Amino acid sequence: MMLQVLLAISAVLFCFGLLAALTRSNAIMVLIGIEMMLGAGNLNFIAFWKFSAHPELLTGVMFAIFSIALAAAEAAVGLAIIIQVHRRLRSVNINRADQLKG
Amino acid sequence: MDIALLIIALVPLLPFLAAGITALLKREQRILSASLVIGAQAVSTVIAIGVFVLTFMINDHRGVATPVAHNFTWLTFGSEALRLGLLRDALSAGMAAMVSFVTLLIFIYSHGYMKQDKNFTRFFTFLSLFSGAMLGVVLSNSLLLTFICWELVGLASYLLIGFWFHKPEAATAAKKAFLTTRVGDMGFLIGMLWLYKASGTLLFYDGGHGCLEQAALATLAKTMVGGIALSNVIALLIFCGAAGKSGQFPLHVWLPDAMEGPTPVSALIHAATMVAAGVYLVARVFPIFEATGAHSISLLVVAGIGAFTALFAALIAVAQTDIKRILAYSTVSQLGFMMLAVGVGHPAVAMMHLIAHAFFKALLFLGAGSVIHGVHEEQDIRHMGGLRKTMPLTFATYTIGMLALAGFPVFFSGFWSKDAILHAAHAWPVSQAPFYMAVCAAFLTAFYMTRQMFYVFFGSYRGHAHPHESPAVMTVPLTILAAAAVLFSLPSTPAWPWFEEFLNGEHAEFNRAALLAPDFLHIAGISLAIVALGLGLGWFVYGRRALSATEPDPLQTACAPLFKALANRLYVDEIYNATLVRGLAILGGISAWADRTILSGAVNGAAGLSVLISYLSDRIDRFLLNFGFDSSCNALREYGGGIASCERGRVQGYLRVIGVGAVVLLALIGWLLV
Repeated sequence: MMLQVLLAISAVLFCFGLLAALTRSNAIMVLIGIEMMLGAGNLNFIAFWKFSAHPELLTGVMFAIFSIALAAAEAAVGLAIIIQVHRRLRSVNINRADQLKG
Repeated sequence: MDIALLIIALVPLLPFLAAGITALLKREQRILSASLVIGAQAVSTVIAIGVFVLTFMINDHRGVATPVAHNFTWLTFGSEALRLGLLRDALSAGMAAMVSFVTLLIFIYSHGYMKQDKNFTRFFTFLSLFSGAMLGVVLSNSLLLTFICWELVGLASYLLIGFWFHKPEAATAAKKAFLTTRVGDMGFLIGMLWLYKASGTLLFYDGGHGCLEQAALATLAKTMVGGIALSNVIALLIFCGAAGKSGQFPLHVWLPDAMEGPTPVSALIHAATMVAAGVYLVARVFPIFEATGAHSISLLVVAGIGAFTALFAALIAVAQTDIKRILAYSTVSQLGFMMLAVGVGHPAVAMMHLIAHAFFKALLFLGAGSVIHGVHEEQDIRHMGGLRKTMPLTFATYTIGMLALAGFPVFFSGFWSKDAILHAAHAWPVSQAPFYMAVCAAFLTAFYMTRQMFYVFFGSYRGHAHPHESPAVMTVPLTILAAAAVLFSLPSTPAWPWFEEFLNGEHAEFNRAALLAPDFLHIAGISLAIVALGLGLGWFVYGRRALSATEPDPLQTACAPLFKALANRLYVDEIYNATLVRGLAILGGISAWADRTILSGAVNGAAGLSVLISYLSDRIDRFLLNFGFDSSCNALREYGGGIASCERGRVQGYLRVIGVGAVVLLALIGWLLV
């Protein structure tokens, strides 16, 4: 597959993720959107690694694995925050969590 | 990619594909989703049976079963390549044919059973995911691929037990199942990694280089770890995973609770296929268990745990009142029988019982589902009774399943396979204890099944609903499974042990004399006597007169403390709660306390210090610097108020600004570079 195709897929995935993160009011959906953006990033790592000068060095794969581990940690923290918000507000609507305004 | 690999790969891939497509369908597209899933499963069944027939024919010509492995490279790490593969041999082909066939029947049954459920589409997605993963476990030629599919099967089981997650019991049962099997899977994972380290490959068969082939086994048997051969250590670690999945003694607690899921799920996953995967795994890696001889320490453990589980679960089943829980404990007990057969060195016998059990236990569970459906979601056998008149077809098929499970002679597959296990246990030179435990368990099996039959189908109806027979979409699979439970006895008799010899890779001859051999008659006589005793005692206690709605269980009046202990599942759950769960809760409490006092203390101390410093600087500010600033501060406050209105606390607003900022920044950089 061409590099451009992979990058296009990744860009589309990123846009979908961004759209979800910007427009959904359900915190879990926002989290899913963020995961999609991370997935797009991972796809870029893999794509650039696959078409790089030294694909046998596995740098891209290692980066992707790191990033997946990071995404897992991020999801865990995010879900913990959502649970706390739900305990406090009885809702996962992020527009209701606006106590930190100036 | 060669064509044979592709065809075998279709068996698990088709259900996976169907699961993927139905996952995207809408909730209203019920017919489309059901037909997609059932259609994919039907094609996969046809291929699996074709592969089975092909294996059988090749087997017949050559006289020996050579495993045909199709391997391919999955990932390359520098010079190391991680390879996966699919395997076609007698064991995997036979198991795949059975699994796909039973799965197909249960899918059709589910279509009737779940008709009223509003999450019908989701149910079929999960079922199809399960089917693909299970067939992957069966056909895999690599311990790694087995492990991946093994975990997927566990995931599907979790999702399906918790399918009615709005019921708190179902959600708890799902979590319990997932966590309990995870304990065993940890051992499996460690064993797998150790095996990879020791043998350098996870492929089962690889033209002489696989981990189940001579060269690797010899190395494993020679290496010693703390006085035990490495092969036994790895085998026991893998057995941890198998014991978790197959509900063997210390890890059996999840299986009865798993009955909170819909009944077709109990039949498919928690009776016929997934729980048998543990037995299948042990039979698959049997060469590792056997590497240091037929009486290796690992096989002793397997036999001991199997025999103990068989007896222990059969005892508990006697005092249960939930129709599905009785069957669940009976499943645990029968899985113990299979483990016992593997442990005494006869994996082929274990597989024979596994397949016979899959047919009659799926039949019993689907029959139980039909009963539950017919009496309007009632599961307590004390509130049933007399259903043989209102549900004649369910009654007839249930009787066949019950007789097969109890080991009723000659016409039922359960008799021959259980007999073969007793025979194998009797011939075990190490100890006769497992044999006597198995005999007791077989007696109890006949007894508790008779108890259930009399409670459910005889006497007069003690509930409040209006029982009715189930629709044809549910009774037809029952009939087919009943036929299978009877017909499977044909290739399992000692006179024509076709199935066992097929698994052993030998040609079966018809030999009538085997039926009259003295050692066979000896065991068959014992087994006949205990079945007759169990059925007779069951009739004596429960069947002589009709049970009334209010009276306690006759056994309860006979021996109340014992009955109470059995009804409370011998307090295993309570012991776990008092030790493991309580211990973890205390540990959590301690770390929460440490977090609150030590860590929070440090943070609070630092905060207090900075409060003190700011207080001091505030004093300095107020008395030294304040005078000239007041006016400018007021001006700042006005502007600040204007800017603060941008900060509305809307997180998505911030995100939007970040996004726009990033785009502007990128555009700027691009413009500067160009």
